[in-house]
Amino acid sequence: MNSENIITINGQPFPFTPGETILQVAQRNGVLIPTLCHLKGARPTGTCGICLVEVEGEKDLVESCAFPAEPGLAVDTDSSQVVQERRTILELLMVSGEHNCLFQDVGDDSWADFQTKATDLEEHQDICPAYGVCGLQALAIQYGAEIDPSQLRSAQYPVETVNPFIVRDFSRCILCGRCIKACNEIQVNNVIDFDSEDSPTKVVTDGDRALKDSDCVFCGECVQACPVGALVPKQDILDGHLPAEAKMIRTTCSYCGVGCQLYLHVRDNKVIKVTGDEETGPNYGSLCVKGRFGYDFINDPERLKTPLIRENGSFREASWDEALKLVGEKLALIKKDSGPDSIGVLTSARITNEENYVAQKFTRAVIGTNNIDHCARL
Amino acid sequence: MTNPIKDIEESDVILITGSNTTENHPVLSSYVKRAVSFKDAKLIVADPRKIPITRLATVWLRQHLGTDVLWINGMMHVIIKEELYDEEYVKSRTIGLDELKKAVENYTPEYVEEISGIPKEQLIEAARLYANAPAASILYAMGITQHITGTDNVKSLANLSMLCGNVGIPGGGVNPLRGQNNVQGACDMGGLPNVYTGYQQTGDLAVRTRMEKAWGVERLPENPGLTVTEMMEEGHEGRFKALYIIGENPMLSDPNLNHAKQTFEKLDFLVVQDIFLTETAKIADVVLPSASFAEKEGTFTNTERKVQRVRKAVAPPGEAREDWEIICDLADRMGYSMNFKNAQTIMEEIAQVTPSYCGINYSRLQEDGIHWPCTGTDHPGTPCLHMDQFTCGLGVFHAIDYIPPSELPDDEYPLYLTTGRILFQYHTGTMTMKSEGLNELAPECFVEVSSLDAEEYKIEEGDLLKVISRRGEIEAKAKISEKAVKGTIFLPFHYAEAAANKLTIGALDPVAKIPEYKVCAVRLEKR
Repeated sequence: MNSENIITINGQPFPFTPGETILQVAQRNGVLIPTLCHLKGARPTGTCGICLVEVEGEKDLVESCAFPAEPGLAVDTDSSQVVQERRTILELLMVSGEHNCLFQDVGDDSWADFQTKATDLEEHQDICPAYGVCGLQALAIQYGAEIDPSQLRSAQYPVETVNPFIVRDFSRCILCGRCIKACNEIQVNNVIDFDSEDSPTKVVTDGDRALKDSDCVFCGECVQACPVGALVPKQDILDGHLPAEAKMIRTTCSYCGVGCQLYLHVRDNKVIKVTGDEETGPNYGSLCVKGRFGYDFINDPERLKTPLIRENGSFREASWDEALKLVGEKLALIKKDSGPDSIGVLTSARITNEENYVAQKFTRAVIGTNNIDHCARL
Repeated sequence: MTNPIKDIEESDVILITGSNTTENHPVLSSYVKRAVSFKDAKLIVADPRKIPITRLATVWLRQHLGTDVLWINGMMHVIIKEELYDEEYVKSRTIGLDELKKAVENYTPEYVEEISGIPKEQLIEAARLYANAPAASILYAMGITQHITGTDNVKSLANLSMLCGNVGIPGGGVNPLRGQNNVQGACDMGGLPNVYTGYQQTGDLAVRTRMEKAWGVERLPENPGLTVTEMMEEGHEGRFKALYIIGENPMLSDPNLNHAKQTFEKLDFLVVQDIFLTETAKIADVVLPSASFAEKEGTFTNTERKVQRVRKAVAPPGEAREDWEIICDLADRMGYSMNFKNAQTIMEEIAQVTPSYCGINYSRLQEDGIHWPCTGTDHPGTPCLHMDQFTCGLGVFHAIDYIPPSELPDDEYPLYLTTGRILFQYHTGTMTMKSEGLNELAPECFVEVSSLDAEEYKIEEGDLLKVISRRGEIEAKAKISEKAVKGTIFLPFHYAEAAANKLTIGALDPVAKIPEYKVCAVRLEKR
């Protein structure tokens, strides 16, 4: 390591690799600098201004997402000037759109009312579906942003709901550009952009068409990147519950062989949402339309719930004991009469390694044949 | 894959063939798209269909169906003739160059053009581009393997990669993209008729003796068993009595479905273990309800050989049980006790009997997965294979000749049919068709035809067409698309009501026993 490649952040020295920004060095070392527009893996945009820090020798505060680390740089991430400036920016953001969450009467005791109200709404005119998981809300609370209720803006745009998966509500958009970065620099689908480079008012598809009429492939990368309530999974709204209430379990996607790492969001023994795990490969947060939105099958009413035995041409429900007894006896009989090689097992590319291991062990050690295969060929 | 997925962004040149990457491996395709868009990588695509990724290609080779050995040999012909190959690498790490040289001698660009339809200039450009790259990666999928020459196709790609010194380097490699979440793991775990876990041969006495001891059985079968395609054939001849099918739907995914159906009807006993009453479960004698991935603990191994955790998020519905529990219970009843407490204890036994998995355990998988081979609990895993030398010593070049597909168009069946998946559905639709949203985006089967064929057959968008092969017929609406090339139609195979596999042919690759799903001959009739 080059001993000169060190910066100090809040008095602590941290080494850096040339080319890294202050924000990257801080994030790598667990020093929290808040940001609303920075998206890991994408080039910085500097649109939100929240990541401002004080750098010794610089007259003005600098944006840490764009400012390169240089030898000897001394950075203060939480000076009173920094905190004041962030608060001002947050106050401006809160009145830039329909960000009324801090004025909802949601004391602990009225939580149930709040939910009821959310459930009643066909579209979220009042209750923001990002409530509790919103980056802007969290920072506004943390920095004590003070907003004059008379300045609050109501909805300026109709909500776009005409596709199966994604609700777009530009009244709640803070124009941070993370969705654009996610679409163009992470998934590289190049479907959305600001309507104007110089003074953007909205994020648009080509010709400002609805997503369903654009080249959108519904990977939902933009939804995951959105720090506020402008892009939300439709299911969140239909569901009527707040996303923050769900329990999250990390697992591996069950569709293609890429093996994306994801979180299943669970409430009442039901998977209600899927998000990508941003910390782990191979996907680092990315998912496709099937992995992110195609989870309905888990809770589908047609799932098989009991063993079935065919009798006189149709199925009847049976107990495990009865079904497995029948299978065991029948296989033993065929083995005895026609030999083990007259029996075959097709194991599955959909079940776990452990289950595949048990299936081939069963075939070889119990049935006594090597007639085991699966759909690798199909 | 010989290389990890993240390596794709290290490649200077990426060659994609037989993979509609953006639709079938969308997240992996974003690595390709980033490499080309932001890291100056060049992309070569070889595919008869104008799939979306061709938009980013520097060179797009549009070969006729089933002519892959031709153009790969053709590329090597150019590379050898122009002395663009990696002499040092070939000398120190491979054998058989002379045989390869002889084998590709006749594959001149002119000859390749004549049969594959690829203009010779494009072939030469692709060959130079690939050979001159410091690191070039090959990505392929079922478009390469699902042919009677599937094994030849894969070996040809390996030839090409070795010739240019691309195996065993970061950003290089020969990388099959596996189509199902745990198809790699099912193979690794010995879900194949000739190997135990970690590809240990059942015919190897030392291995078999070790497994007999580990499993406490007197004698394990020695001879390789039947592949799924062979089981279907044996069953059809009445020589096969019982099938136990887990999480698979051959009544929609097998080639030549009418033939498959007859096979199932001839069986004495059919057990299907699944999460839904699939087309196959509907004809079973006993159906056993199992748990989905969200309802179990375990591991999947992805296409880059990375073993990753699966965790239980919800309880299974009704009385459904995890697949391993069902099989262990059955084994118990048949007089053999497996005594596994949970998935973790099964992985412990896997590690004991499998050299390439022996360093893998659940505590190590807590934060992130591990790429096998992982030969000890202090071994970090192996993201990139064949780094210093090939696992088997020297890399062997295989001399391979072109063989045409088993069924070519003729007067009666004048069109090629190829099949595949689409973005919004998955395999036989057991899972995706439960999603209203996905069904809204991809509601029904379609026949993808080129505008030239549409003109010739007087087909309008949305016309109901009958597609007929020697084995069956289906009906679906016409979709006139720039993806299709004249003379070839495409059908997604997801839809039971218009099952593409009623048409496909059961001709098999002689080694891998893979059916030739990607090529057969059909005719179109307007309804």
